[in-house]
Amino acid sequence: MSPSLQEAIAELPPLIAAHLLLSGSAVAIGVLAGLPLAILAVHDRRVRVPLLAVAGLVQTIPALALLALFYPLLLATGRLTGLAIPALGFLPALIALSLYALLPVVRNGLAAIEGLDPAVTEAADGIGMTRRQRLLLVELPLGAPVILAGIRTATVWTIGAATLATTVGQSSLGNLIFSGLQTEDWVRVLVGCAASAVLALAADGLLALIETGVARRSRWRMWLGLGGLAAAMALTVLPLATAGEAGKGTVVIGAKNFSEQYILASVLETRLRAAGFHTQRRDDLGSAVAYRALAAGDIDVYVDYSGTLWANVLARRDIPPAAMMRRALTEQLHRRDGVLLLGSLGFENAYALAMRRTEAARLGIRSLDDLAASAPHLRLASDIEFLTRPEWRSVADAYHIRFGATRSYNPTFMYRAIVDGSADVLSAFSSDGRIAALDLVTLADPRGALPSYEAVLLLSPRRAHDRAFIAALQPLIGAIPIDRMRQANLLVDRDKDKRTPAEAARWLFQKERGS
Amino acid sequence: MASSPLLDLIGLRKTLGGKVVLDGISLPITEGSLVALVGASGSGKTTLLKAINRLVVPDAGHILIAGADTADMPVAALRRRIGYVIQGIGLFPHMTVAQNIAIVPRLNGASAADMDDRVAELLALVALPVEMASRYPRALSGGQAQRVGVARALAARPAIMLMDEPFGALDPVTRADLGAAYRSLHDDLGLTTIMVTHDMAEALLIADRIVVLHEGRILADAAPADLIAGHEDARVAELIDVPRRQAEALARLAAPR
Repeated sequence: MSPSLQEAIAELPPLIAAHLLLSGSAVAIGVLAGLPLAILAVHDRRVRVPLLAVAGLVQTIPALALLALFYPLLLATGRLTGLAIPALGFLPALIALSLYALLPVVRNGLAAIEGLDPAVTEAADGIGMTRRQRLLLVELPLGAPVILAGIRTATVWTIGAATLATTVGQSSLGNLIFSGLQTEDWVRVLVGCAASAVLALAADGLLALIETGVARRSRWRMWLGLGGLAAAMALTVLPLATAGEAGKGTVVIGAKNFSEQYILASVLETRLRAAGFHTQRRDDLGSAVAYRALAAGDIDVYVDYSGTLWANVLARRDIPPAAMMRRALTEQLHRRDGVLLLGSLGFENAYALAMRRTEAARLGIRSLDDLAASAPHLRLASDIEFLTRPEWRSVADAYHIRFGATRSYNPTFMYRAIVDGSADVLSAFSSDGRIAALDLVTLADPRGALPSYEAVLLLSPRRAHDRAFIAALQPLIGAIPIDRMRQANLLVDRDKDKRTPAEAARWLFQKERGS
Repeated sequence: MASSPLLDLIGLRKTLGGKVVLDGISLPITEGSLVALVGASGSGKTTLLKAINRLVVPDAGHILIAGADTADMPVAALRRRIGYVIQGIGLFPHMTVAQNIAIVPRLNGASAADMDDRVAELLALVALPVEMASRYPRALSGGQAQRVGVARALAARPAIMLMDEPFGALDPVTRADLGAAYRSLHDDLGLTTIMVTHDMAEALLIADRIVVLHEGRILADAAPADLIAGHEDARVAELIDVPRRQAEALARLAAPR
């Protein structure tokens, strides 16, 4: 068995438990809210029209966006109400998925009751059933198969969509899929997808058992199905109950969604564990989400980049030298949010535009000035954020660069695009090992349009005063030179003899100790 | 003046979707009678029937049962006192025949065990074998299902039966059988029945009073024999004429040449 497969399988049990707990709770809420609403809507147009509109509208929002939307919403709600509402993790994922589960439950609930033989409902009324009796004795038992079919649909959708909960910091099988995608570790991706598919099929099978049990009035089927579901849910709560004890002292390590971040999170994890902390990971946070999560205390520590914080958090457009920028950030982030910028890890991961060496030579392009002239005939492959970031505006304004075509990829596929020739210019990261490995050149920035991107360690307001915590991380400041980070990144990103981020982190450590 | 009617419909009006369906109908019904409401679709006969057990609420008018206004009664209790049989039958498909028959007494609080004898008695009353009790409705023929429908309506010993095209979906032979069987049940149990039908022949053969409705008004209200003798309204005469001509034609065919 490959180490990557072993590692992925070893990570499965807690992820499956978290995934089941999340999707099970979401479906339960969807059913508990959806069914009564559907029953109300059968007789009341004032409920029916808005209910179907809202449920339908929710369904048109991509699940990923729906999940992300609840982060700022909960954050704002927490601020307005003064309550400690967790904006990251279980709650936003639960709300979004419950809403998602609502539509099939509502639709089938309506169809189940409205699809009944009108003679049967007329008879129910005519013999003197109250509305409640008609519902409980006639409509629900007869509609049960259709209602259950809706619950099955909701369940399968929800288990699939729950993989996206990873992006708002809630552990799920998506952890394997997202980290695998970023590091091109297809074994992880497959393990995550397969596990999610197996869960969906198993849940569907158990619900199908209940459904046929109801339709054929077979009690053993119903009980077997219900028992199976109850057992699965009980198993998910079990590890939670035991984990609860360690919960208080647990520190949460955040990471954005690319290899370097996974490696650095692993480094932080090892350090903090060695210092006696219980750790928890929140991987694959969006760039904007990560800082706000830290400031809100949802995560305790993560690595960000000075230029990103400068432009995105402080909304600054000027581009001061690296040291000045770091000093200003340290002071302002602390004053504004109570966040502690502990220091630079020792390397930069700046945005840089890169090209294939041969093509750059052929076109005579060395700097961004040279690029401006040829850009209209060139295609840019960027990561998903780059074109909307102030850095790009700054470059585009300073050099008057306009590309013939631009296309966004996730970072992994962006490099693929330049290798296979479907793009000419790349928005690269300077610490990326693939720049050297793929024989790319980065273009000089003589006008200083791109800010500095020192990798800096950020601590949440709560940890800013935690001496043991700071002491555990202090040795990392200035300890990782750029060439080491590049090599560690390449270990994870390369195609052959690929390593996991945890292995690369260990490698980084060994080297450190050796030096 | 005769004894006061068991059921008294007074000045009923109902407009549905801008159309007048009941245009001031008054109809006293004496105990023990079997009244047929006859008329074309849209004449208001079903609306009139449903007003009696408040499945339709009239815009104006009153309905009295033994002198008490139905509008003042709890609606579920009112309906449980009145037997209701419809063309679609409406047996509950997830309940056995016995459970279907026992439903109204059960709603009134009878225990399942109490109902066994009553179910057997009712099955016998509608001429069905007692083994049918454990079957589900899908295993019954149309005629059997409607016999169960009648048994269900009778289970709580109602004094009044409302029937909306009760035999309309059945084949002609079954239909005639059931019609005749119901007439004798009606007499044996001392029921008062209001039956909606669009079939004048059925009405003439079963009912002892025929009320012809047209556009929400009563065109004719008479005993079958009086109607056959002739009626001044051309539309009523025409309704009667069809079965009469058929009967005469049949008689000529049967007569020895």
